[in-house]
Amino acid sequence: MRMTVSDEDLAQAAAHGDAKAFSSLLHRHYDRIFALGFRMTGHRAEAEDLTQDICAALPDKIARYVPTARFTTWLYRVVVNAAHDRRRRAATHARAADGWGDWEVSRQAAISDTNAQLDWLTRAMRALPEDLRDTLALVLDDMTHAQTAEILGVSEGTISWRISEAKKHLRALKQQEDAP
Amino acid sequence: MSDPFDDLDDLKAAIKAATPVPDAGRRAENITLAEKNFATHQETADLSRSNFDRPKTGLFRGVVSMIRTFTPRHTLTATTALVAVGLIVALPALREGVPTPGRVLEKDATAEVTSVTEERAELSGLADEVSAFAEPVIEPLIIETAPAPEFEIMEEDSFAGAATLAAPNAQRLSKQTFQPLGIVQEPAIAPETHTTEAYPETTPNPLKVTVNDPASTFSIDVDTASYALIRSTLNSGRMPAPEQVRIEEMVNYFPYDYVTPVGEVPFSTTATVIDTPWNAHTQLVHIALQGEKPVVENRPPLNLVFLIDTSGSMQDANKLPLLKQSFRLMLGQLRPEDQVAIVTYAGSAGQVLAPTPARDQATIMAALNNLHAGGSTAGQAGLQQAYATAEAMAEDGDVTRVILATDGDFNVGIHDPEQLKAFIADKRDSGTYLSVLGFGRGNLDDATMQALAQNGNGQAAYIDTLAEAQKTLVDQLSGSLFPIANDVKIQVEFNPAQIAEYRLIGYETRALNREDFNNDRVDAGEIGAGHSVTAIYEITPVDSPARLTDALRYETLAPAPKSAEYGFLRLRYKAPGKDQSQLIETPILPGGEATADMQFATAIAGFGQLLQNSTYTGDWSYGDAIALANASRGDDPFGYRTQAVGLMRLAQSLSQ
Repeated sequence: MRMTVSDEDLAQAAAHGDAKAFSSLLHRHYDRIFALGFRMTGHRAEAEDLTQDICAALPDKIARYVPTARFTTWLYRVVVNAAHDRRRRAATHARAADGWGDWEVSRQAAISDTNAQLDWLTRAMRALPEDLRDTLALVLDDMTHAQTAEILGVSEGTISWRISEAKKHLRALKQQEDAP
Repeated sequence: MSDPFDDLDDLKAAIKAATPVPDAGRRAENITLAEKNFATHQETADLSRSNFDRPKTGLFRGVVSMIRTFTPRHTLTATTALVAVGLIVALPALREGVPTPGRVLEKDATAEVTSVTEERAELSGLADEVSAFAEPVIEPLIIETAPAPEFEIMEEDSFAGAATLAAPNAQRLSKQTFQPLGIVQEPAIAPETHTTEAYPETTPNPLKVTVNDPASTFSIDVDTASYALIRSTLNSGRMPAPEQVRIEEMVNYFPYDYVTPVGEVPFSTTATVIDTPWNAHTQLVHIALQGEKPVVENRPPLNLVFLIDTSGSMQDANKLPLLKQSFRLMLGQLRPEDQVAIVTYAGSAGQVLAPTPARDQATIMAALNNLHAGGSTAGQAGLQQAYATAEAMAEDGDVTRVILATDGDFNVGIHDPEQLKAFIADKRDSGTYLSVLGFGRGNLDDATMQALAQNGNGQAAYIDTLAEAQKTLVDQLSGSLFPIANDVKIQVEFNPAQIAEYRLIGYETRALNREDFNNDRVDAGEIGAGHSVTAIYEITPVDSPARLTDALRYETLAPAPKSAEYGFLRLRYKAPGKDQSQLIETPILPGGEATADMQFATAIAGFGQLLQNSTYTGDWSYGDAIALANASRGDDPFGYRTQAVGLMRLAQSLSQ
């Protein structure tokens, strides 16, 4: 029954404290959150943790949802910002961990080992600069350029430019790998 | 061949295929977490409405929109000024979360404190009220009442609203703002303390209403560090801070002689309902676990790796020298075939004693005596080497344990204890346990010690005197070194037909979620040979005049069969080396007889609550605690209980 209610209506009900609405909204979109998280981070475990962060904070954010925005657009913005937040924190940690020495080095080595086993696309996505990766992740998730622009807070022109840049990067990577 | 990147459709399909399915377990956990937070959030929102005298705008919409509801002409009341203090507290978090500089500007940076006599708030930017993302302009918000840094928030751009306050910062921001006011104010003006000791942040367990919350789940705990810390603080003539008091660690410091286990299970479980000394109208459920006494002759060989902190801060007489003496005492208890190795960490980690059989005492003593304090601490590298050494020593059937001795300061990049915990938990699963011995005061990172020992399936003990070393390392050598049951979890379900309210005394740092009980992957505490573990609930029967909550008028009590049982105790444990847990079930029946051991445990639990300034103990005083402890002192072969009474006396005089 709930499934016929629009995301926006559910979100508004949740914003007014309807726990059931919130719950079904989350059930409906959990996999999308995770998928976008995965595409933005390129690591499964990272994506799981990111999704947890989002789940923890979502009740607080949904209270501020106002139905002028499409729910998915609003939600993706939340995801994108949570991902950026994690990246920033990771960068801080990496600095703090300088001088951890061997432990960190071997951890990084373990990570790069796993990388080798991943499929080409995941690796290629990871190799993209972050802004291009974010853009591509959203566009590949059926977001229009306009929506992507809204989510990332840049102009539509920028999105088009980033997409063509991303394609260039991927092409170059592919050529590099295909070369004997 | 066409260029696969011209058309995004191929790529779209490919990435869809490459995206893994989210883990079903994590999915369920995360959704539960979100639902729980949602419920909490609604409660917080309700609370905030009742606390603040402001127009009711429906639901809580975050601190910014709260401020939005004040008009420029509004005179701020003292209450709102305090809310603003709360905002300042939250600001550093906000700043972290904002990517571009300039969105939040802080005048007079961090430290400068100004006292402002005029209160004034100018708010504008009500325009984009309907937009989900617009934020109002909040210009100088100047605060009276509490001296606080002056600050200003510039307009945040269109994204800040939904998004830059992303996880968990946003949550922190709103939570802190809506805490009861007194609490909010405190961090803003708290003076810098001169020690660098860190304690886990907990508040005593609250009263639970059985109808709403019938089940209580926690992990057992055999740590004793809190008692020794309290003793050392009291002996130095100060009252311990309430956050230093962990009641379960005080109660479990003392050896008790509970029912001897029989049969397969390596420990006995009893639950007894006894009278509450501090409240005539409530009762206590005393839960006792007694591990089987070790047969010392048949014990498996031990591999011990001492990981010793030799940083400069360890040179005080009550640190490294005491540590050497303590280990000397312990060596005498080891058997010839046990093996000992020593790894130090200071600047760089080093193995100062290769694995040596305990029969070769002279070599071990010489290595110990050669230890000198100097250099800075690098806990992580040393820990790695200690584990590597331990793994090399392990043979089938041996018990392998790393014993970390430190004054508690890991000055590595691990101010994030999470990462270190993960490392230790990983090693625990491969069979090497970790115990932590704390030495000295003033630099002790109690929170990290706790986290490490709990994750390493070990004990955290604090050693301040040679007598304490004797107790931890010699008298209880077997218990702290031989686990007989791992991951011991307790779940008590109270019968709402009999019990109106209950409260678990202590175990705050050991609380588990209800669903964790049956989840064998969730770690919990271990019982060593000969250990006894005590947990105490205070319960209020349905018809007691001491009930703090009234039954709700429209509450429909489930027409459950009116059982005489007060509750039901479930316990799960794993035999060492096993992955599957076993279940023990015991009903909790009224009308128990309190033994001297139980009474003494109760006296200590009462003492701990007095030190925490608990409101539940009413008029009960240190004098009453002393009388009760004295009356139930029993044999006391080691004098521990006599010493506890001495501490109660000290606290009595210090508190007056």
